[in-house]
Amino acid sequence: MRRRSPRPSPGMPGVGVVENGQIGPRSDHNPCQGLWSVVGQRRRLIARMAFRRLAMVAPVLFLTSAVVFGLAAASPFDPLAGYLGDRYLTSGAAEQEQLRVTLGLDDPWYEQYTRWLGSLLSGDLGTSRVYGQPVAQVLAERLPWTMLLAGTALAGAVLGALVLGVWTAWRQGGLADRLVTGLAHALEGVPPFVSALVAIGVFALGLSWLPVAGLTDAGAEVSFGQVARHLVLPAGVLAIAQMPWLLLHVRQSLLGALGEDHVTGARARGLAARVVMLRHVLPTALLPFITLVGTRLPELVTGAILVESVFSWPGVAEAVVRSATQVDFPMLAALTLLSAVVVLLGSLIADVAYALLDPRVATDG
Amino acid sequence: MADATRVSPGEAAKDRGDPGEWIDAGRSWTRARRTTKRARWPARRRLGAGMTALAILIAYAVLVPAVAGIDERMVDLSMAGTVPSAAHPFGTDQAGRDLFVRTAAGLRISLLIAGLCAVLSTILGVAVGALAGALGGWVDRIVMRVVDTVNAVPHLLLGIVIVALYRGSLVAIVASIALTHWAPVARLIRSEVLSLRQREFIDAAISGGASRRRVIRRHFLPAVVPQAVLAAVLLLPHAVWHESALSFLGLGLPPHRASLGTLLDEARESLLLGSWWTLVFPSLMLVLTTLAVAACGAAWRDRVLPRRLAEEMR
Repeated sequence: MRRRSPRPSPGMPGVGVVENGQIGPRSDHNPCQGLWSVVGQRRRLIARMAFRRLAMVAPVLFLTSAVVFGLAAASPFDPLAGYLGDRYLTSGAAEQEQLRVTLGLDDPWYEQYTRWLGSLLSGDLGTSRVYGQPVAQVLAERLPWTMLLAGTALAGAVLGALVLGVWTAWRQGGLADRLVTGLAHALEGVPPFVSALVAIGVFALGLSWLPVAGLTDAGAEVSFGQVARHLVLPAGVLAIAQMPWLLLHVRQSLLGALGEDHVTGARARGLAARVVMLRHVLPTALLPFITLVGTRLPELVTGAILVESVFSWPGVAEAVVRSATQVDFPMLAALTLLSAVVVLLGSLIADVAYALLDPRVATDG
Repeated sequence: MADATRVSPGEAAKDRGDPGEWIDAGRSWTRARRTTKRARWPARRRLGAGMTALAILIAYAVLVPAVAGIDERMVDLSMAGTVPSAAHPFGTDQAGRDLFVRTAAGLRISLLIAGLCAVLSTILGVAVGALAGALGGWVDRIVMRVVDTVNAVPHLLLGIVIVALYRGSLVAIVASIALTHWAPVARLIRSEVLSLRQREFIDAAISGGASRRRVIRRHFLPAVVPQAVLAAVLLLPHAVWHESALSFLGLGLPPHRASLGTLLDEARESLLLGSWWTLVFPSLMLVLTTLAVAACGAAWRDRVLPRRLAEEMR
């Protein structure tokens, strides 16, 4: 975003220069120098904040995985049953005992945990029994599909929330506003799996416009057209699940911004309503929106789990459900860790972006 | 919302120089409509409406299975998949079980589990938050890291892991919901206690010789009760969702036990056979319950704690 700086005029009262974070009178030296040093300082502060937050990610991940392992150790479920699957009932006691020893299942849980942690650090996530493949390979195969689905849905939700939010704030109190806000409040009460089933019932079964589930039609090659057709319903449902909350926030912060002094001032200078809206209201009102999207990531993951399992979408979130029903522990541990990484990095990136874009935001914490 | 600055319609129409007009300046140059009636119901009315809706839902859930005299598990294959009629207002499912009774039983168990979980996780959250806020220091720091950890993993995923490891019992489901939802409550109560610590009556109590335990029990805990009750009410719809999501994914209650989640899971298959009613009625009950409880919570918050941040309990 480029802004023309205000042209200095002789009659203008002394423009303040920001120095050491304080606004002081214009000093003798080149004002730009002071400003640049402030900008540099700000960048360093933001970098420090990012590093501090990154340093916090490691202990949280450590604690998360320890909690998962502790839970597994305390559960009455026999990990050997998870390892052997159906063969658990047919294999002999001697064979089971030997497997126990080789897998180290009789060791205390913290030893198993440190072993797992060690192999994790060397890049080995273990083997998934359900998929009969290394966990890393399963993730590599499925992650792109989840990212496609969640990315499309998030983009759709953000775009829809922005357009509708601006529109309803512009026509506050009108029919469209009341309709959209009412609908948004109602949709907040509809869980994603219900809206997914309704969407299937209406668009796939009732109207037969779109396929019911899957990534492609049965037996068809993976092609752009196929995937796009199968993406519409899951991505749409996931977007609808995220949109109401974002939309109501956009509308609310726009309504707040419309009454602010700088906006009234811009309007009083005779600027066109369109210009005031696009250049003065939107930039300030939408800045907090970036962090909002960041805090929304856990909900996106939750929604993805439900939507992917309804639509049999071959992503990682569907793998969560499958590996949970068959207690595939290495898979579950890896997926939990992955989601924690996504959530923490997402909120970190959002906060850094916010701090970079808005110089008024504090950088500590 | 511009509620605070909005002037009564008659006044504003007469006098355009009214302060309410220029504080609400955005309305004058956008395409905002002047609302002739108040946009929102007053809190008391919303609370009344929410409570009424909730009372009807609970009465349906409790009375119908008791009065109807039909066992919700009774299978009657000759009646499989019939359209809603006078005898079966919500129709029957693929095994011929009456959905009117079955939905009521499902709603009852969902509400029961959700209520239990909401209460449990609120108690846990209040205990942890009050301790962290009152003790401060390293206890506080460790507790806040744990809260961060619980918040970092999406609730449903952590719940799924817990349920997967402790399969098949009601305790597992309750634990899976209660253990994942206490973190926001703990954070809320902690910040409340931190602000209470600055107040003079706490100083007075301490200088009067009250022990730390007495301060927590007699001063902190009673002061956070309204917050805690509100948190429990606002957790209830989350818990209902969580339970039905788990059952829907086949990880919660066993399929023959009717809950809203298992009913929807069955609807997933019967939908392919064209039985729309198996989907419509259970999901309607789920959505209505969520909205009614959320309306009660919001109205209660507006009434009791008018300027509390709605943000903190997302």
